[in-house]
Amino acid sequence: MTALIVMAVLGALLALALAVASKRFAVETNPLAGQIGSVLPGANCGGCGYAGCAGYAEAVALKGADPTLCAPGGVKVGMAIAKILGIEIDGAKARPVSLCHCQHKHVKTVAIYSGIQTCRGASLFGLGGGWLDCRYGCLGYGDCFNACPFRAIRMGPDKRPMVDETRCTGCKKCVIACPRSLMAVEPVDKYVHVLCHNRDKGPMANKICVHACISCKRCEKVCPVQAIAVPNNLAEIDYAKCVSCGKCVDACPHKVLVNLRETRREEWPDDAISVIEGETPTEGRSANY
Amino acid sequence: MKEYFVLMFGMIFVQNFVLNQFLGICPFIGVSKKRDSAFGMGMAVIFVMGLSCFSTMLIYKLVLIPFGLQEYLDIISFILIIAALVQFVEIVMKKISPELYRALGIYLPLISTNCAVLGSTQMRLLDYAELPLPEAILKNTALGIFGGVGFTLALYLMACIRERMERAPIPPALRGIPIAFLAAAGMALSFFGFTGIV
Repeated sequence: MTALIVMAVLGALLALALAVASKRFAVETNPLAGQIGSVLPGANCGGCGYAGCAGYAEAVALKGADPTLCAPGGVKVGMAIAKILGIEIDGAKARPVSLCHCQHKHVKTVAIYSGIQTCRGASLFGLGGGWLDCRYGCLGYGDCFNACPFRAIRMGPDKRPMVDETRCTGCKKCVIACPRSLMAVEPVDKYVHVLCHNRDKGPMANKICVHACISCKRCEKVCPVQAIAVPNNLAEIDYAKCVSCGKCVDACPHKVLVNLRETRREEWPDDAISVIEGETPTEGRSANY
Repeated sequence: MKEYFVLMFGMIFVQNFVLNQFLGICPFIGVSKKRDSAFGMGMAVIFVMGLSCFSTMLIYKLVLIPFGLQEYLDIISFILIIAALVQFVEIVMKKISPELYRALGIYLPLISTNCAVLGSTQMRLLDYAELPLPEAILKNTALGIFGGVGFTLALYLMACIRERMERAPIPPALRGIPIAFLAAAGMALSFFGFTGIV
């Protein structure tokens, strides 16, 4: 009998204390943040620059962050958030996708590397130059492949990362993962790309790789909108100006510039979100080991 | 003072909750993938263990013993107290210190009913209950805090090992949890070497 009374009193007191505390110390939360959080994909990829989907939802609701920043959700999620907030957004914004800026062909090796089988490991080898003759080229161990949360990257037969732009969400995980900063995220409707990061002077670059930029500046001269320039021994495209006409691609003697107009799939597939939410991978995550 | 030093060494190395008494194995495996989260979890465990050892000894001495219930009602009342206390702390922390809440908040509910926490309150309960109230509470709280430190040590070391193992060439059948268990077994064996020191 004593036991019953003691436990009942103890329980009642604790319950009372909790009830009082939850009233007294209640924290006001914005209901909008919860609503926005429910339309976000929940992949927590961090591509928006905030700490996960919950952090982004809070930032949009409370601090007025840009509602179109969710790369995996794309235009659909941007529209949904705008609807919750009661604002209008520009739905025509092209979604960004990733691309590896190296052709990974005809590169000579200077040594045999047998250390840790990752790009980051290999890039530390030999005075930071890696085992490739080219100090800027793709090492091919697939750090980007391992970093991709959406399985949009697969390693091609020549060990070059191929991005499936119907799956790529532009979350920039691969950009961070690549020790040579070869991955870059640009809008999907920009077709012309410089597939080389070699900043060596022309003759040196010519010796190393047949697809290296030798800074001949022919692209710069031929461009009708002055979108391309060769500042540091490497052609760089200003995508704010580029109209993807492809004239520089024809002019380039080393085939460094490519035009992806024919091969790129632009539309966002309907099953993209289901890919995000989890699908069995077709190849093992450590297939390149 | 010497007693507390012995208690500290004993709880951290000799009678480590995870590696010697096999309590709190689920967070040990579940939250030991990254060093950051392992550290956060460890801090939360130290906090909750100290707090629950303090409050349970208080209730034991002031409520259970006077009513003659200490023999059979200790565990159930301790569970009640710990769970309510952790909830209370979570609510208050959310209001007073959002930064601390963001660091520890997600781990607090996880450990409110953890076996290591309940185990720490039970460990020397009968020995310390003989002592006068202030000393009993002080010693029990110290036990809880040092037990939490031992847990954090084990968890953090495990997280360091597992971060390294991410990059190691491990046979496919052993990847993930199996190799973590093997590593845990190795750690437990090496901690077993401390037996008999205290």
